[in-house]
Amino acid sequence: MSGLDAIDVEVVRPMGLATGNALPLLHEIRHALERLASTGEPTTIDLSSIPLSPEDRDELLDTLGKGEVEARLDAFGPSYIRETAYPGVWLVQHMNPQGEEHSSLIEIARLPSLLLTPEADVKDSAEALADWLTASGRERWD
Amino acid sequence: MDANELLAWARGSGFDIALTIFVAGMLLRLLEVLALGNKPDLSAPRGSGPKGGVQTLLSRNLPRKAVFDREPLRIINGYVLHIGFFIVLFLYGPHIVLFESFLGFGWPGLPSGVIDAVGAITILSLIAALVFRLNNKVIRFISTKDDYVAWAVTLLPLLTGYLTYNHLVASYTMMLALHLLSVELLLVVAPFTKLTHMFSFAMARWYQGYQAGRRGVES
Amino acid sequence: MDDLTLSERLRQRGVSRRGFMKFCAATASMMALPPIMIPKVAAALEQARRPSVIWLSFQECTGCTESLTRSHAPTIEGLIFDHISLDYHHTLQAAAGDAAEHARDEAMKKNWGEYLLVVDGSIPLGENGNFSTIAGISNLEMLKEVAEGAAAIISVGTCAAFGGLPMANPNPTGAVSVSDIIKDKPIVNVPGCPPIPTVITGVLAHFLTFGRLPELDHLNRPKVFFGQNIHDRCYRRPFYERGQFAETFDDEGARKGWCLFKLGCKGPTTYNACATAKWNEGTSFPIEAGHGCIGCSEPNFWDAGGFYRALSLPHTNVGETILTAGAAGIAIGAAAAVLNRKRKSDAVDNRETITIKDLSKES
Repeated sequence: MSGLDAIDVEVVRPMGLATGNALPLLHEIRHALERLASTGEPTTIDLSSIPLSPEDRDELLDTLGKGEVEARLDAFGPSYIRETAYPGVWLVQHMNPQGEEHSSLIEIARLPSLLLTPEADVKDSAEALADWLTASGRERWD
Repeated sequence: MDANELLAWARGSGFDIALTIFVAGMLLRLLEVLALGNKPDLSAPRGSGPKGGVQTLLSRNLPRKAVFDREPLRIINGYVLHIGFFIVLFLYGPHIVLFESFLGFGWPGLPSGVIDAVGAITILSLIAALVFRLNNKVIRFISTKDDYVAWAVTLLPLLTGYLTYNHLVASYTMMLALHLLSVELLLVVAPFTKLTHMFSFAMARWYQGYQAGRRGVES
Repeated sequence: MDDLTLSERLRQRGVSRRGFMKFCAATASMMALPPIMIPKVAAALEQARRPSVIWLSFQECTGCTESLTRSHAPTIEGLIFDHISLDYHHTLQAAAGDAAEHARDEAMKKNWGEYLLVVDGSIPLGENGNFSTIAGISNLEMLKEVAEGAAAIISVGTCAAFGGLPMANPNPTGAVSVSDIIKDKPIVNVPGCPPIPTVITGVLAHFLTFGRLPELDHLNRPKVFFGQNIHDRCYRRPFYERGQFAETFDDEGARKGWCLFKLGCKGPTTYNACATAKWNEGTSFPIEAGHGCIGCSEPNFWDAGGFYRALSLPHTNVGETILTAGAAGIAIGAAAAVLNRKRKSDAVDNRETITIKDLSKES
């Protein structure tokens, strides 16, 4: 592909086009936070399904900022989960194994659902650890 | 016939037929009048006919004070109606494209949002005009079918245009098809109603101005 | 033939439960479902068995198959596609000839009444259907035969959905769409030239998840992807509203990203997901690249008067029409004038003179 790489590509972007979609989204997040505070009910917003120009997205994410917690999930490609500067508002970005983002969501919750260990996994892991301990002859390590 | 097929017809045969009837019809009506001709005027002119014609063409853009004072609202409404119609027809981007296609030149338009507002005002003004007509005993008495038909075929393109632009009532495709069809209806009907005034007004002003000017009287 | 559920298959590939939830979130997003539906999607996909799918390619350019296979595997599309049992696809499969046709027969018999039939390409009716054949069988015959035992038919691409390019004027092969031939099976049209890959897999995902086809519009297109027109979701809409149009390609306005209405964009009358889902994994779509929408998911878009003629223009040559009509009008007008004059002079000639004597006689 070297021939193609040698061609200068100039990306001409239309001048900064914020469509104004970021503001109503921020209000939606505010309402969700209020709901979380009063009833404990979480909300998820699918960013990939809302028409946002790159400028809108930048505006939204810049406003939300960065908080204290950052987590990386490696399942079926990496996912990045971080709490924004507004506690309770989490940004979840899913990448496929090629590192391309295939969806992003905003979760307003005390903990994003993906971070919580699935119940069935807990049972499985109890069994798995017990098996490992038996196999290595250390089951009576009281 | 679904919306796509309707739109395709309206942009194809429909437009051709309508435009042909409009142009041929208008020319026919106007030529008929012109061909009536005048008997030669053997009197000595006291003033200038052409000067009177030109003056009248311009002066009748405004109403006479006495006439205006009797019914100011109705006359102002008439101006709003006509000016609004011209703005919507001639200063909207997609319409300018149409004119450009056969004139060979275009001109700058107004923001589409402004056109939308003007269109709404024009529709209201048209409705007001109908109210004025029905409320005035004399005018109502002398109104004929022609008046009401002309009113309806002028309202429809404005109304469907407004609805299309604002994505109301039905899908954009269907509304656009209806808009084009209503325009085609207007084109087909116009030469056979009082809407011929869109061209004949100039002839009338010139003629009456000429006659008056020749005789040296006010027109 | 394995009979694993989707989640079992994913587990087999080493995808964890969290990975599965992630997969469900992405699938729900692809089907344009709100996030609150994710648990339902998860529950359904847990149980989803492998539907048998037979893919028939008729009079097509293979663009639809290309669109589908362009995404890098394993992505969501890839996995969904893997989960269906693609029992026949003569472009993608390794087998050919009699063996392939035999495999198709077997799959049909085994899953009679339950398999999904996917069709791309139009069906030519000319020459007794023989303009396009596979293994000596005309497309028309094959479609009728396979459709009989199908649970539902998905027409992928504008050719299968509405006739597409082959049906454009003058339609030399007598091409028609699937719905013109099959009248007694549920048909989903997924048009586009080609359709957006995520739309194709979204429909398949919906079938996998809910066991039925999504809600359809009046042209049998899934409302969830084809319910909005491009104009309503276009990021250049503010320019349209302000009346800022590009006049030619690469002019000042075009460089600034202004509305492409005057360059023939058919966005307002085209229903598809291009403006939101976009192409090449969300990279861009025609309008963003500077070219007006050609309306490729609508019927007869090839004959809609030209890709570069604005929607407000008729197909015909307006100037010519005016001149012709003008000439006709003048001719008729002149004729009418002559007739009128003749009538008038006849009336003058035929005037009967009356004298006072005639009058007094009467009284």
